[in-house]
Amino acid sequence: MTTKFARHQVAFNTLLSREIRRFLRIWPQTLLPPAITMTLYFIIFGNLIGSKIGEMGGFNYTQYIAPGIIMMSVINNAYSNVASSFFSAKFQNHIEELIVAPVPNYLILAGYVAGGTARGLCVGLIVTLVSLFFTHLSIQHVFITISMVFLSAILFALGGFINAIYARSFDEISIIPTFILTPMTYLGGVFYSISLLPEFWQKVSLLNPIFYMVNAFRYGMLGTSDIAVEIAFAIIILCIISLTSFALYLLNKGTGIRN
Amino acid sequence: MKALSIQNLTKVYKNGFEALKGISLDVNQGDFFALLGPNGAGKSTTIGIITSLVTKSSGQVRVFDADIDIDSEAAKSYIGLVPQEFNFNGFEQVKHILISQAGYYGIPAHEAEPRADELLLQLGLWDKRHTPSRALSGGMKRRLMIARALVHKPQLLILDEPTAGVDIELRRSMWLFLQAINAQGTTIILTTHYLEEAENLCRNIAIIDNGLIVENTDMKSLLNRLDKETFILDLKSPLPTDFTLSGFYLHRLDNTTIEVELKRGEGLNNLFAALSLQGIEVSSMKNKANRLEELFLALVDKSEATL
Repeated sequence: MTTKFARHQVAFNTLLSREIRRFLRIWPQTLLPPAITMTLYFIIFGNLIGSKIGEMGGFNYTQYIAPGIIMMSVINNAYSNVASSFFSAKFQNHIEELIVAPVPNYLILAGYVAGGTARGLCVGLIVTLVSLFFTHLSIQHVFITISMVFLSAILFALGGFINAIYARSFDEISIIPTFILTPMTYLGGVFYSISLLPEFWQKVSLLNPIFYMVNAFRYGMLGTSDIAVEIAFAIIILCIISLTSFALYLLNKGTGIRN
Repeated sequence: MKALSIQNLTKVYKNGFEALKGISLDVNQGDFFALLGPNGAGKSTTIGIITSLVTKSSGQVRVFDADIDIDSEAAKSYIGLVPQEFNFNGFEQVKHILISQAGYYGIPAHEAEPRADELLLQLGLWDKRHTPSRALSGGMKRRLMIARALVHKPQLLILDEPTAGVDIELRRSMWLFLQAINAQGTTIILTTHYLEEAENLCRNIAIIDNGLIVENTDMKSLLNRLDKETFILDLKSPLPTDFTLSGFYLHRLDNTTIEVELKRGEGLNNLFAALSLQGIEVSSMKNKANRLEELFLALVDKSEATL
């Protein structure tokens, strides 16, 4: 007789391994494109344009943008993995496999978010390896670096999950990444320090959660940041708690998945 | 013990459609139970509520005494569902689908694998175990859904039109398989449009129409209620144009085919004797409709007439 905890653990592991198997099976769509895109970023922004820009924050430009580019790929992939996987499960109706099974809603959420986080981290690792071809990277604060990338992946995986719950077509899972996520990422200090911006836009940047993630992650790697790292952690943890509560509320209500 | 107990179940959809108007139903452990009804009667809604795919408006559902609201995990763990529509990930391999499904029920892969292999062999899917499910034929997909529903050894198997679109050979092999599963103690609830299937397999029956149970009894008593039967007779030679058969209601379908209605208890011998007297030879005979079908239509018509 297995305990409830043991059964839940098996269910979680099953869901996680299914998600990992999924993004590994379609690696030309999931792992290869970020490697190619980020290589182009390093070539164009880092080497070609960066050599004209010179130093930023005390580092050469390629080094300065590397943490932001890594974080950008982690965020995008964690988000899109959950959004597309959960929406596909709804679209093909195989979400019913989970609904009819004795899997509590928090485990469904945890499994999908863990899958998205796994892809985010996997792509983050690939992009980090790519970046080593273009610049030297060292980690100044290991705990901050790892925990920030991990928390950011979780946060955006949660965002992808909520997007997929509401989505009624494949178009609706690309609207938010295209019109909200990408602009927020570009304006989140990936390619510049906000000290270069006019005061008004500096204040606007402070409303962007991605700005905190990029800066805290950059601080972990390079030891330089536009903001206090503690604030970044507090904001991200608060966002994770809020989105988790909201996603569970939607799941318990059956929004988008039950009649 | 009751495998399923439903009390005053109602469902009103957001658009105001009242799919269930307070149904109550019991299914005993070990039963092979038919839930029949025309399209849109409320069968799939009922199954959806039992399996948590649909949220009920009011009422109570208990599966082996576990209330689906209070102890939903226990209730769910008893049930295996074969839905009407294909609902697996088309890109996943057949065996992975089974092992994942077992995993959702807390069965680790090393235990699920032999069980999956056994089901794949029994259901003739062994050669396709590494094939993505989208590449299976329609019949194979149906069998995969049965295997998936059984992988965690449920005590209550619910099949929502499992043989829809399946050829007769496969349908009959599925019947044998389901009878064997039932003989081993699994309670089975079946919805089907093939009433012959329900008549052959099920011991008890409920007929649902317009969100209400219009009949709930055992199959034998229901069939005993049939007060007339219609037979179609193929004749060896064409009938004379003015042919009649006194004492029988007869309808000519074409020159060599007639339809005869017999009251319950009226033997066929009298009919054949009357035909022989007039020199009519019968080459073959069949029931116009399956017996349950006639009752079903009568019950559903009656329920619609009262609306």
